[in-house]
Amino acid sequence: MHREPYVIIGNSVAAMGAVEGIRSVDADRPITIISNESHHTYSRPLISYLLGRKVGDDDMLYRPPDFYDKNNIRAWLGVEVIGVDPRAGTLETADGRTIGFENLLIATGGKPIVPPDVEGAEAPGVFAFTTWDDARRIQEYIEERQVESAVVVGGGLIGLKSMEGLVQLGIRTTIVELADRILGATFDDTASAMARRRLEQSGVTVLCGNTVTSVEGTEEGLKGVVLRDESRIECSLVIFAIGVRPSVDVVRGTDIEVDRGILVDERMRTSADGIYAAGDVAQADLLLGDGKLPIPVFPNAARQGRIAGVNMAGGEARWRGGIAMNAVEVLGLPTVSVGLTSPGDDQCEILSELNEEEEQYRKIVLRDDRVVGAIFIGDIDRAGIITGLVRERIDVSEFKDLLLTKEFGLLSLPREYRKHIVSGRGIVV
Amino acid sequence: MKRIVAREEYCVGCRLCEIHCLVQHSKSKKIIKAFREERDSVLPRLRVEESGCVSFALQCRHCEQASCIEACMTGAMHRAPETGAVLCDTDRCVGCWMCIMVCPLGAIRRGPDSHVASKCDLCIGEDYPVCVANCPNEAIALREEDEVNA
Repeated sequence: MHREPYVIIGNSVAAMGAVEGIRSVDADRPITIISNESHHTYSRPLISYLLGRKVGDDDMLYRPPDFYDKNNIRAWLGVEVIGVDPRAGTLETADGRTIGFENLLIATGGKPIVPPDVEGAEAPGVFAFTTWDDARRIQEYIEERQVESAVVVGGGLIGLKSMEGLVQLGIRTTIVELADRILGATFDDTASAMARRRLEQSGVTVLCGNTVTSVEGTEEGLKGVVLRDESRIECSLVIFAIGVRPSVDVVRGTDIEVDRGILVDERMRTSADGIYAAGDVAQADLLLGDGKLPIPVFPNAARQGRIAGVNMAGGEARWRGGIAMNAVEVLGLPTVSVGLTSPGDDQCEILSELNEEEEQYRKIVLRDDRVVGAIFIGDIDRAGIITGLVRERIDVSEFKDLLLTKEFGLLSLPREYRKHIVSGRGIVV
Repeated sequence: MKRIVAREEYCVGCRLCEIHCLVQHSKSKKIIKAFREERDSVLPRLRVEESGCVSFALQCRHCEQASCIEACMTGAMHRAPETGAVLCDTDRCVGCWMCIMVCPLGAIRRGPDSHVASKCDLCIGEDYPVCVANCPNEAIALREEDEVNA
């Protein structure tokens, strides 16, 4: 049987990272990409900008149009993989093809969690928000039905970004969040309250500690939603953004080890020979603490993809552990959050500075003299230095007092670490 | 082949590099105009850090494994194929600030009015980056690559 040297299921961040990783080791052998979406590789986070008409279709591509040609990639787009046979080294597609592979990367990402027990959730006008096609369908629906008000279920990042797109279209939006605050997974109470205030100033209604229990629709379209407390909100569009989970369907029924995501080692190898996983579908080592968890954030996916690619092509690269991190603007308010931002125990030391009037907040969480988490709101310009300290596990006991000062910069860091980062192998000119 | 290095033992913190960098990246490229009329719309792409008697100028290192390229969600941050420089395609940048979050040098800033990432571009089109060309004390220098790590 003919075997393709490299097959990648998926066409997003981790997949593109893998292409670049493979090509850093192997310049020629063909790469096959199979994706159930029919688009050229595109930037998933841009779908909220597309919805809000901040970018157009042409701006959606994550890599240039000639990327596949230049990298000797055969892209099978709009093709669903229905099963993988690790022993035979083959996979099967919904259109009846069987493909042999030498190396396979599973980079299928995540899929939106379907709300359980919501009556009428299949009605027209109810959407998820994770793909370009989702954004397009929502846009079409908004135009067709002249949507004036919407409800977003879920106050996490996807919920907030979809809300932003709607607000930019002038649609009156309500966010319904089950927890007692928005962005609860990445922010602490203070930061959540600041984000909430920004939303409310822009006319968004935020309802916490509540959820949608049923959607009311008729032939003519959506009428509204009913909440757990039996109150009712009139709206003609609902977006469910209550989270994503690793999209592991392709390995169901195989003996590839799966927990929440597909378990991988530090070289992104699954439990099956020649099969790798990376990105939101993978469950890899953590940077802080033991064990493995899926951490569905962009930089992790890109790096895991590259590491998988290098290893697939016979090189050697290792994952040093993942950490949650997000940079996001909430209706123009810049924010960065890294790692453990709201520790539940008292073994952490907290440094923080808040200026509510100026919408400035900085918080650094330390454990055993190492930075394990941070939040920046407003002035985020040097947040990356702190992220570097987290990633490199730098002992900050000598300069802890400087971390939140205005003057804090590379000069505050130990000379050796500073030399290391400024003289790391950069480029030649 | 040469690389930019910062020599903190020679930097006197005069900040001429910041001024030349700002002018170079202004629309007019004229110092008086840049400071009088464009001050709110242009930033120097490098910054001088100073603490006591130690100072040095810091700009993007154009890292070989660039965290900012990896974290860029649109593909705007990219490596120029000809020069290897790490550049931001400002038409494609949407100002999500992922690059700022991951740059361990803190070498990227939010553009002052354009809502795109602002960083060193090695002065495309010039023989030498203006910070190197105008440093009075050679504290920002170009060095042969094999000397850099020595």
